Amino acid sequence: MKKEYINSGNKDTRSGFGAGLYEAASRNQEIIALCADLAGSLKMEKFAEAWPERFIQCGIAEANMIGVAAGAALTGKIPFAGSFAEFITGRVYDQIRQEVAYGNTNVKIAASHAGITLGEDGATHQTMEDIALMRVLPNMTVINPCDYNQTKAATIAAAEYDGPVYLRFGRPSVPNFTPEDQTFEIGKALKLVEGSDVTIFATGHLVWEALQAATELEKEGISAEVIDIHTIKPLDTEAVIASVARTGAAVSAEEHLIAGGLGELIAGTLSRNNPAPLEIVAVDDKFGQSGSPAELMKAYGLDAAHIIEAAKRAIGRKNR
Amino acid sequence: MSDMSTKTEELQRIASQVRRDIIRMVHSAKSGHPGGSLSSTEIMTSLYFNVMKHDPANWKRDAKGYDAFILSAGHLAPVYYSVLARSGYFDIKELGTLRQFGSRLQGHPCTEKGLPGVFQPSGSLGQGLSAAAGIALAKKIDKDGNRVYVLLGDGECEEGQIWEAAMFAVNHGLDNLIAVMDWNNQQIDGKVSDVAGIKDYEPIWKSFGWETIVCDAHDFNSLLPAFEKAKKAGKPAIILAKSNMGQGVDFMCGTHKWHGKAPSDEQAAAALSQLEETLGDY
Repeated sequence: MKKEYINSGNKDTRSGFGAGLYEAASRNQEIIALCADLAGSLKMEKFAEAWPERFIQCGIAEANMIGVAAGAALTGKIPFAGSFAEFITGRVYDQIRQEVAYGNTNVKIAASHAGITLGEDGATHQTMEDIALMRVLPNMTVINPCDYNQTKAATIAAAEYDGPVYLRFGRPSVPNFTPEDQTFEIGKALKLVEGSDVTIFATGHLVWEALQAATELEKEGISAEVIDIHTIKPLDTEAVIASVARTGAAVSAEEHLIAGGLGELIAGTLSRNNPAPLEIVAVDDKFGQSGSPAELMKAYGLDAAHIIEAAKRAIGRKNR
Repeated sequence: MSDMSTKTEELQRIASQVRRDIIRMVHSAKSGHPGGSLSSTEIMTSLYFNVMKHDPANWKRDAKGYDAFILSAGHLAPVYYSVLARSGYFDIKELGTLRQFGSRLQGHPCTEKGLPGVFQPSGSLGQGLSAAAGIALAKKIDKDGNRVYVLLGDGECEEGQIWEAAMFAVNHGLDNLIAVMDWNNQQIDGKVSDVAGIKDYEPIWKSFGWETIVCDAHDFNSLLPAFEKAKKAGKPAIILAKSNMGQGVDFMCGTHKWHGKAPSDEQAAAALSQLEETLGDY
């Protein structure tokens, strides 16, 4: 019997960020938090109440916020600059490129409401391009944790890491299934389930869906390995190559466009090392729309059912 | 820390050498931006040889215990590198490597190559005031009583982020932040007053809540009191320094045509003949 993961109760990953930020900040007074009129959405209130002098309200001016964060970082501060993922990447790409990535400043970009599960606000707010934008920047580390507990641990790890970090999390309440007291190792893929027929590489909200898919596949006699790619950059290429060398087929799953996302990253890694069939579960070159998170995940093919189909297709392409 | 209370006459001598450095650097690189560097020469000379509290030999990027400087208009790299070298951050011989492959003196300032004195990269316009505000804010939190200076171009102030930063600095009470605008009314495509329609920057900055001080960018007797006034403003202050692009070289002066163009051998010789070699060429 494979290892089972139990949902301890749905929670939003952004609350995991808020909790991690508070815990990290209570240990290190150099941590400051900046927001652009979204302190509540980013779950920064507890931080702001505890350390008002370290909480920097920037108003609806994200470009300036990035620059302020970079300047403060020079002096030894560890700034977490937060907004919705769209507004803290696409809107301020050049600022991040020059002030954070090229300047190699110790800024943590906290991106909430990432992906299509932002839901009802619709496509203007639903970025599915952010991973692509951030992972092409030299010096940038890109982290996309899967649940509340992991997001909390990732936030603490990001605070302790010296260098620019893009930390991506979401709005809706989703299953919380990773251990409460985990240590988060940046750049280390987590093998959640062992399998032998196909490897499912999942990130963010899709990790839980991948686990559900693996359980269903097992009922059909298919042994699926599930690997949580919480760090997209640097990618744990060794883990990717080693797993697919055993299983011979791969599926990637992410709440992002195909273009520039995890799937293309895995594809590049495999083709350069040990080519194997890969099926990508992601959104193909289109914007989102209004709807409930669950509705949208289903409509855009980002759920367990689509991962199961993709796994079977990948296995079917072996040795063809 | 060296004695920074150099007199006006000495500052003029330094400025003349800085202008020679600018011409020689851009000429030998065969590209670069002489116009704005020449218009901001006295501003930068004032900062590095009189106004700022700094220690070139022991410079650190964290600026703890010292003033910090951000060059927002990164294309003014030639004047920046010249004053950094002339004030002791690195050997003046290195000025000859401007824009060469592998040089620490990149076409626009960067931190990646480890050039002492450079706090942040710049080149993409409109971003430096925010970075300066971030340092100023951190100094407030740390109760470090030193200041942050930032040089802005007037064309650059067409960028919206400048005004985001202007609001932020006032709202957060950053009285340790002093901006200088090199107000030469020139940008690549013509006059700022034509290209962007901005005739007078002073009421705009004032309306954002800044202390504004208009001065002559080429007269140390106007610049130095402006800095003294800015230090005592009790709120973010901007020195609106009226300048001529290309100041000091007659055929470069007052036109946008020398914004980003290197002089030929003949032009460089003609320019250098107008600028006294006071401290020795690099």
